[in-house]
Amino acid sequence: MRQLLSASDLPTDARVLLDRAAIDAVLTQMAADIQAMAWPRDVELAPADRPKPWLCGIQRGGVALARELADVIARDFGWMPELGTIDVTLYRDDTWLKGPRAVEGVTRLPGDVSGQRVLLVDDVLYTGRTIRAALNVLMDFGRPEAVRLVVMADRGGRELPVAADLTGRKLDVARNESAELCVDGQNRLHSVMVRPKNP
Amino acid sequence: MLPQVEPGHTPGADSLPQAPQEPLRHLLGLEHLSAEQILHILDLAAHMKAVNARRIKKLPTLRGVTVLTFFVENSTRTRMSFELAAKRLSADTMSFTASSSSLAKGETLIDTARNLEAMAPDIIIIRHSCSGAPALLARTVNCGIVNAGDGSHEHPTQGLLDMFTLRERLGDLRGKKVAIVGDIAHSRVARSNIFGLQKLGADVHVAGPATMLPHAIEQLGCTAWPRVEPAMEGADAVMMLRIQRERQGNDLIPSSHEYHRFFGLDEKRLKLAKPGALVMHPGPMNRGVEIAPEVADGDQSVILQQVENGVAVRMAVLYLVAASRGLEPQG
Repeated sequence: MRQLLSASDLPTDARVLLDRAAIDAVLTQMAADIQAMAWPRDVELAPADRPKPWLCGIQRGGVALARELADVIARDFGWMPELGTIDVTLYRDDTWLKGPRAVEGVTRLPGDVSGQRVLLVDDVLYTGRTIRAALNVLMDFGRPEAVRLVVMADRGGRELPVAADLTGRKLDVARNESAELCVDGQNRLHSVMVRPKNP
Repeated sequence: MLPQVEPGHTPGADSLPQAPQEPLRHLLGLEHLSAEQILHILDLAAHMKAVNARRIKKLPTLRGVTVLTFFVENSTRTRMSFELAAKRLSADTMSFTASSSSLAKGETLIDTARNLEAMAPDIIIIRHSCSGAPALLARTVNCGIVNAGDGSHEHPTQGLLDMFTLRERLGDLRGKKVAIVGDIAHSRVARSNIFGLQKLGADVHVAGPATMLPHAIEQLGCTAWPRVEPAMEGADAVMMLRIQRERQGNDLIPSSHEYHRFFGLDEKRLKLAKPGALVMHPGPMNRGVEIAPEVADGDQSVILQQVENGVAVRMAVLYLVAASRGLEPQG
């Protein structure tokens, strides 16, 4: 995730794939899809007894996305999902390749995860390695009823058998490019951009 | 050995920034760390502390890493704290203590260390009565070395956990007055705190009987007092040190009773410090000598929080040392 404090913070070699208007359309569609989502125990439970899913954003882009997605769900469907945050830094599989990293943010769940329905929220789905790590974080807190993956953009290039249950947009991004979510100074979603990877 | 990564593997989606600090290949002391490195360790320790509040107190981060505790000098709680830290990061731990070891049979430190190295640990945590033993090991063996206290030189993880505890309560340490009272000459805890606290901008005052104040201690940047009162006055925190009987402590003062009268921390003396000033002690404490029981157990005491924070700080150090070594070519 990249924070843009002014328009000039957008790198000159960047191409904007989703602007704010496109993001608004994607969020509205995603909220509707979440509302319509079926869960494994739906058949056993009366509608009033079905737990509402938590939105757990992966630090940091997923956290910003989950927050806005929750606002759209509240606006369009009248309920506010509980929000959690997940940091995967200490669960990554490339620690030995890249050395130590700074932890991006806190891991905080709204309560006991056991028996909960959890929507794992990330901005850009790529290799699938972050999702593998995030699932392990979640399991270290308990045994959720079910976990679904919700992403705003899927750029392909999977290295692990991971697929999103709900994808906002499919993006066409080359292997030597990086796709990144940009937020403004208030951490509101701004755009999704693509640019050549640092050599 | 550290887990190997396939050569030529292209790392995946990568939006996370690299930690900007110099890799921490060893932790020998705080003297040569930068303020940024210290703050990085303390920030990471805050995340580790959150893990210790979970029901499942375990991270997978150091799976496959072997951590060896090599304690040539007695210690129970520091070794336990390190072992717990390593286990919470999923590392394998082994311990080697002086009494049961070949050192008692005449083997040199270097020979012992080379034998330990042959068992391929990634990190050796060493405590030794000789100052500089960890540095010697760092030059001799190909492992990450973490100093768990060497002679009267440094005890860096104690200094870090003290700073962590202070920052948790006081926030930014710039301009905060910290008094360190006791046997400054023989205390590695004092040395690590003097180095570390000043790097974070604290105003460090040390006090003790003249026989326990090293000559020219002011050259380290702190203010030294042969009486306890001026050091305590207006202090935000007071660290009391143990009179180290095993390090000639007894010959330097006439009696424990007299020491308590002139240098011990009791309720009356604590009033010289700022209201609510923190009372700290690295343990084990001698009640009635350097600290009165009612102060040690009082509201201002954070002595047990220091112990709790020790595990989180050591987790951060072990992660950074192990992961920094992962950057080096293996084999």
